[in-house]
Amino acid sequence: MSEVKDTRKVTIKAFRFNAETDYLPYTKQYEMEVGKDELILDLMNRIKWEHDGSFSYRRSCRHGICGACAIKVNGKSVLACKQNAIELLDLFDNDITLEPSSKKRAVKDMIIDKTDFWDKHAAVKPYIVADIDPRPEAESKQSIAQFNALLDSDLCIQCGACHYACPALEVNDAFLGPAALAAAYRFTADTRDEATEERLDITFQSGSGVWDCVKCFECAEACPKEVNPIEKIGKLHNMQFEHGVAESNVATRHAEGFLRGMKKYGYLDEADIVTYSEGYLGVYKHLGAAMKMMKSGKIHWHSGIPFIDSIPKIKNLDEVQKLIEISQTNKL
Amino acid sequence: MSQLHYALFTGCTAKQSTPELLSSTLAVADKLGIKITILEEASCCGASHLQDFDEFLAHVLNARNICYAEKLGLTMITICNTCQLNSAMTKHALDTDPELKARVNEKLAEVGLEYKGTSEIKHFLYTLIDEYGLENVKDKVTTPLSHLNIAPFYGCHNIRPSELHEEANGHENPYRPSSLDSLIEALEGNPVNYESKNKCCGFHVELQANHTSEVLAGNALVDAIDNNADLMVTPCPLCHLKMDTYQDSIGKVMGRDVELPVLHMPQMVALALGCTEKEIGLNFHVQRAKQLYTA
Repeated sequence: MSEVKDTRKVTIKAFRFNAETDYLPYTKQYEMEVGKDELILDLMNRIKWEHDGSFSYRRSCRHGICGACAIKVNGKSVLACKQNAIELLDLFDNDITLEPSSKKRAVKDMIIDKTDFWDKHAAVKPYIVADIDPRPEAESKQSIAQFNALLDSDLCIQCGACHYACPALEVNDAFLGPAALAAAYRFTADTRDEATEERLDITFQSGSGVWDCVKCFECAEACPKEVNPIEKIGKLHNMQFEHGVAESNVATRHAEGFLRGMKKYGYLDEADIVTYSEGYLGVYKHLGAAMKMMKSGKIHWHSGIPFIDSIPKIKNLDEVQKLIEISQTNKL
Repeated sequence: MSQLHYALFTGCTAKQSTPELLSSTLAVADKLGIKITILEEASCCGASHLQDFDEFLAHVLNARNICYAEKLGLTMITICNTCQLNSAMTKHALDTDPELKARVNEKLAEVGLEYKGTSEIKHFLYTLIDEYGLENVKDKVTTPLSHLNIAPFYGCHNIRPSELHEEANGHENPYRPSSLDSLIEALEGNPVNYESKNKCCGFHVELQANHTSEVLAGNALVDAIDNNADLMVTPCPLCHLKMDTYQDSIGKVMGRDVELPVLHMPQMVALALGCTEKEIGLNFHVQRAKQLYTA
């Protein structure tokens, strides 16, 4: 049996940038022996203590609870104080680069300006809104089931890992992002809270709310606390219909409209979903693409404009119809 | 090796806007000697949108689809990442939550079905790699793709969330996926290394957040083009639809020409296995791709 080495000699690369003095960021390399129990935070400490005292990063609790040390390694979000270094070196064939969570927000090395994160977090009213007696005679109790409904969303430590992994946010500055939306869910799902409709209103606005999520699951992958923000976004979607506050618009009709084709064919009706969601006036935006798709045989226009009904029907369609009838719980 | 036999969940797009996905899948299976039984009873998976409207109903309908694979005693294979995700999410939810499973089965009983949890759910890409084997695929190549630089575009819903997919996708690293790269290599093509290969195509917000959608697709297409890709290949027909159909409008948003053929994964395999032009179906693409037959 070969001897198991306790350390591994590697070259760690790190993003370096000082917004006050540097025009462009650059990458520096640091050679070190990495032990099997060392964390990414240990490597950052060693860069600072053994190589370059100017290397900057945030750290505080070292227990995975303060959220200060979230960075990216090869694009993967990690909490530096929780992430074993050898595990990551194995995942990326010993080639790792330490980067800030968001390069474009870098202030100094790993330190970023999180203003946008905190602004969006504050925008969803991340606290219990309740009209309570200032001198209550009893506690405001919750059952285990009531608590479990929000438990995992309460584990959020505001590290920003999901927020800065979200590609929709990179393109759309207005989008609230996965962390703020998960926080919105956490308080909306709390039975002691009385701001359900107000928060649902904040989170369903077009451009900033849940309907602008691109469903990439980057947030679920990035979260170091298993909050699973996209699942909470899905719950907020459902809550809009459950509470009857969903407005009829392109996004809500797009979700509900799937049932139209499924009731008729079992399949989604691809042409109908566009015309129904957009409305007959809005559909003009898609005519260019639709013409191209028709030319290549991709679509058979049959609902907006009468044409051959070409969608096949599934076998046992009556089962789907029956199941929709007896299982549907939400309405638009 | 005993003959592989799968229950194919086609999804909606393969039955409508991307018939070439279904024909090339069946042609590839035929060439490789894989037996396919199409689940003609299977409905739409909800594509994550029905889930936004009514999560419970979406679980009921997806469980019904899986029941038909269970009845055949077969693994259910998918040819769409989003079908894979939604089917796998329902399976995971039902297999880990007995109370939900009971509620869903109560509904399914009304149509004489019962979800048991006995069928695995796997994307065709990963059955080719994990069960058929790339060495065996390589042996069947008649038209090596060595003249082509191929940009693999993985699509979100096969690789994230990784915890959900890890059994079905061979523990693919979502930050550095390699399956499609190794399939391209097995067909003797040259995989293009580019940063956007594991990024989002924007398909799901095509209607409600069009600008976001166009920029995300544009970033990936431009990244592939700038890394000398001759074509892009994806295991997801929704990525295909976004990236193939909208290149004109994407070009306007990106402020430059965006022209790149985007193939379905089975079409690429079909090209290398010498399937017929009719089976491969490049004529169904919006972006001209027919030159690839003779290139």
